[in-house]
Amino acid sequence: MSASRFAHLFHFHGGIKPASHKTESNGVPIRAVPLPERLVVPLIQSSRGGARTIVTVGDKVLKGQCIGEAEGKAGTAIHAPTSGTVKEIGRYPMAHPSGLESLAIVIEPDGEERWFEYERLDPEHASREDLILRIQASGIVGMGGATFPSHIKVDNAIDTLILNGAECEPWITCDDRLMRERAADVLTGATLLGRLSGAKRIVVAIEDNKPEAIAAMRAAVRAEELSDKDESEGIEVVPVPARYPQGGEKQLIKVVTGIEVAAGKLATDYGVQCFNVGTAHAVCRALVHGEAMVSRIVTVTGNVERPGNYEVLLGTRVADLLALAGVKPDTDRTLMGGPMMGFTLPSAEAPITKGSNCVIAASPTLFPHRPPEQPCIRCGSCARACPVELQPFELYWHSRAKNFDKAGEYHIFDCIECGCCAFVCPAHIPLVDYFRFAKSEMRAKNEERKAAEQARARFEFRSFRLEREKAEKAARLAAKAAETRAAMAAAQSSEPKADPS
Amino acid sequence: MLTALLVMAGITLALGLALGYAAVHFHVDGNPLAEQIDAILPQTQCAQCGFPGCKPYAEAVASGAAEINLCTPGGDDGAKKLAELLGREFKPRGVQEEKLKTVAQIDEQTCIGCTLCIQACPVDAIVGSAKQMHTVVSAICTGCELCLPPCPVDCIALIEEPRTPQNWRWKYPRTGLRVVS
Amino acid sequence: MSSPHIRRENNSVQRVMAHVLVALVPGIAAYVWQVGAGILVNLAIATLVALAAEAAILALRKRPIAITLTDGSAVVTAWLIALALPSIVPWWLTTIAVLVGIVGAKHLYGGIGQNPFNPAMAAYCTMIVAYPALMSQWPAVGNTDFATQLSLILGGTREIDGLTGATALDAMRTGLRKHEAVSAILANKTAFGAFGGRGWEWIVGGYAVGGLFLLWRRIITWHQPLAFIAGLGLTAALFWVIMPDRFPSPLFHLASGGAMLGAFFIVTDPVTSASTPLGKIIFALGVGIIAWLVRTFGVYPEGVAFGVLLMNIAVPLIDRKTQPSVFGEREEKRP
Repeated sequence: MSASRFAHLFHFHGGIKPASHKTESNGVPIRAVPLPERLVVPLIQSSRGGARTIVTVGDKVLKGQCIGEAEGKAGTAIHAPTSGTVKEIGRYPMAHPSGLESLAIVIEPDGEERWFEYERLDPEHASREDLILRIQASGIVGMGGATFPSHIKVDNAIDTLILNGAECEPWITCDDRLMRERAADVLTGATLLGRLSGAKRIVVAIEDNKPEAIAAMRAAVRAEELSDKDESEGIEVVPVPARYPQGGEKQLIKVVTGIEVAAGKLATDYGVQCFNVGTAHAVCRALVHGEAMVSRIVTVTGNVERPGNYEVLLGTRVADLLALAGVKPDTDRTLMGGPMMGFTLPSAEAPITKGSNCVIAASPTLFPHRPPEQPCIRCGSCARACPVELQPFELYWHSRAKNFDKAGEYHIFDCIECGCCAFVCPAHIPLVDYFRFAKSEMRAKNEERKAAEQARARFEFRSFRLEREKAEKAARLAAKAAETRAAMAAAQSSEPKADPS
Repeated sequence: MLTALLVMAGITLALGLALGYAAVHFHVDGNPLAEQIDAILPQTQCAQCGFPGCKPYAEAVASGAAEINLCTPGGDDGAKKLAELLGREFKPRGVQEEKLKTVAQIDEQTCIGCTLCIQACPVDAIVGSAKQMHTVVSAICTGCELCLPPCPVDCIALIEEPRTPQNWRWKYPRTGLRVVS
Repeated sequence: MSSPHIRRENNSVQRVMAHVLVALVPGIAAYVWQVGAGILVNLAIATLVALAAEAAILALRKRPIAITLTDGSAVVTAWLIALALPSIVPWWLTTIAVLVGIVGAKHLYGGIGQNPFNPAMAAYCTMIVAYPALMSQWPAVGNTDFATQLSLILGGTREIDGLTGATALDAMRTGLRKHEAVSAILANKTAFGAFGGRGWEWIVGGYAVGGLFLLWRRIITWHQPLAFIAGLGLTAALFWVIMPDRFPSPLFHLASGGAMLGAFFIVTDPVTSASTPLGKIIFALGVGIIAWLVRTFGVYPEGVAFGVLLMNIAVPLIDRKTQPSVFGEREEKRP
């Protein structure tokens, strides 16, 4: 393998370099979390499809046992995070900015942690279809936060698989620790994903502010080479410059391959696909060890006594995690995800789900509240920072004026909501808030328009049908009348004969 | 003086000819008015305007036979758009709270299968047959309420669509740009 | 409130405006040294009037006063107006100019960020049209006596010979109208220095130093200053090479009048300039060319302000036509 292949990395426009705050949490090994009193597992864990509950209250379940079957092709199965009893199936607050509730299965652990035994697949010999089905059945979704179902992603033929270990958001270190401690599993998962999608090469991209992770992954690749497996041939660990949003899918693809994935296109259209290192790890656990996705690594950091990374069972309450890490008294809100793209949790009662990579206790000192918004002076800082090369201030004018058509013309749907624009704005305008508002309004308007279109078509067809039925009825009546008349005429003409008088 | 007048007259004539030419040769046939109006209407087909559907109302507005503020689901917003399109004066409809989309739901225990609601539905969103229980296909239902009056057992109710992460919307950012007095 | 939850530190509109004010200091220092301390009085008047007008109109428009008043934008406008006007104009003229700038050009169009015209240049143009005589009386070179300047500012009589003088641009224009050769006009050393107006060369240099400071601090980008200098300089060079006696050199153009103030402080105004990279270049290039045209063929000796206003009108069009392509919109690139 030649190290010179990626000597030349490419560059994406804009981006920012916020203070990284990684050292708070990346110095301590991943820790286990004591079994909580109960686990709340929401039925919807992915961005595409949910699960249908297959257990009833009172059922005994084993760790890793399926409790929610994948609903449809895009669905994602959910599993009991530990062995115990199904206590309740009810509505609980979601880890979502809306604070809405969703249906969840509540499990009371029995403390035995007994695993459910799945039929083992031999990843070396099992068929591609079986492996992909197993990925779906194991409930694996993208663990970088987007939670896109992995079985859909992997079912595409590609040349290059990029293993995303960039972890460009400040404060988050779960991927860093995962690569340091479980590099071999991550690599095995990546090779499996690579084989399933027919990739000829695998690029492990890691931001250069994580030298230990880079070293660990390189050591894993070397070990793989020594064990003389063919797959190690095309694997390379590539340090990429630390610049937010380096880990954005399109940005990373650009930097590693030079390819710009156009709006409305998929990475696979260009023969490239990105997987998060956490996803690769989960694939390894599922296919090699027969473990469904029941836990993930979560960074708990910010205003806490013991920041670090925890191996957290899905369904653990955020509040429990915070208590474990020792949240300090001046904490005024909890962020889920990184400080650039994460959201303020409406309630710390919300459970950890497959996409929850980070929980940050925020205090006014660590995360000052935004100063009041000032008028935009069109300074253009946002346009210089935008990694998608948009003109955020133009989008802002149009979104603010609810001039959505114009916002669309300025490519608002290309916006990845990375937050670079709002980060650099000297007028402290919450630009991303405006864009999210405009986008959700535009989506809703679009839905309304479609519904109206459908209603119009159905109404017109109904009118047409009623007309037709009326016409048919009239025709029928006319025919009948004609028949009767004919019969009467016939009767009349035959009358003389018939009438004896 | 005379030259100036002649020049001005000449310019006027030339521009007039140019405008006349443009009006004739670059004339764009717009959508017929009724269709443009129909495109603005919400297509609930609820007939609350007094016309049997959105299209008939659109035709009535286009011919000047109807006011532009009769559409209840369209609300003030819709009336404003119509006013803009037609160059007519906007007349407020009165208090209009933005309400969540509602859909009809049949209480299947009570339904006697009379088919009256099926006949009333303007978009064929209710399925069922005589003496059989009926069901509303909520994805198609426009919430027009036309099925409510014919039901002899009052088993139809309008329910609000539940909020899900899919139809939840981000709010307009609060700004301090203007002092609210 | 959604993400991001962090922001760049020490980043505010105040900081941007403070940088601009600091960048004006070298030019102002050279002004005081070469032309006299009268400019300081005008700067003070302009600042006070601007702040008062800003506060009053914000209150009328029911906008938060404190935050906009302290952002420094009104002070920047005030200073630019004071520096654009002759430093010995009477106080009331400065006052009217600032009111035109702040109230007329800025707030009537919706306040900071919304104004299509550069407030300072709108004020300057209004004044030069309304008070052509007063606006052409600049302090005579070498007469830097503060008491005299103060009395002029406070409305003292102006009918004293030797108190006021013509600027280099004025002298050049007058000479050329009399069909004198450029070299002969420049020989008159009362108005001209080594390459621009006598004494004014230092002030122009001060502005340029301030401009470089703004570039270094990334408050402005290179596009507008370079394109403006190119627009004015190259147009001047073209004619000067052909007929050096009929058209003054590009160096003379760049070192005279408001060229440097314009290049670094006026055409770089983010609100009224185009905002796309290519748009900025087109905008500033246009200003430079129009400035040369007005200086050479117009009735006014200085044309930067007219260039700015004319190009301001074209900004929405320029911006719309020069939208950069977004990520992925270019040709597909493959290594």
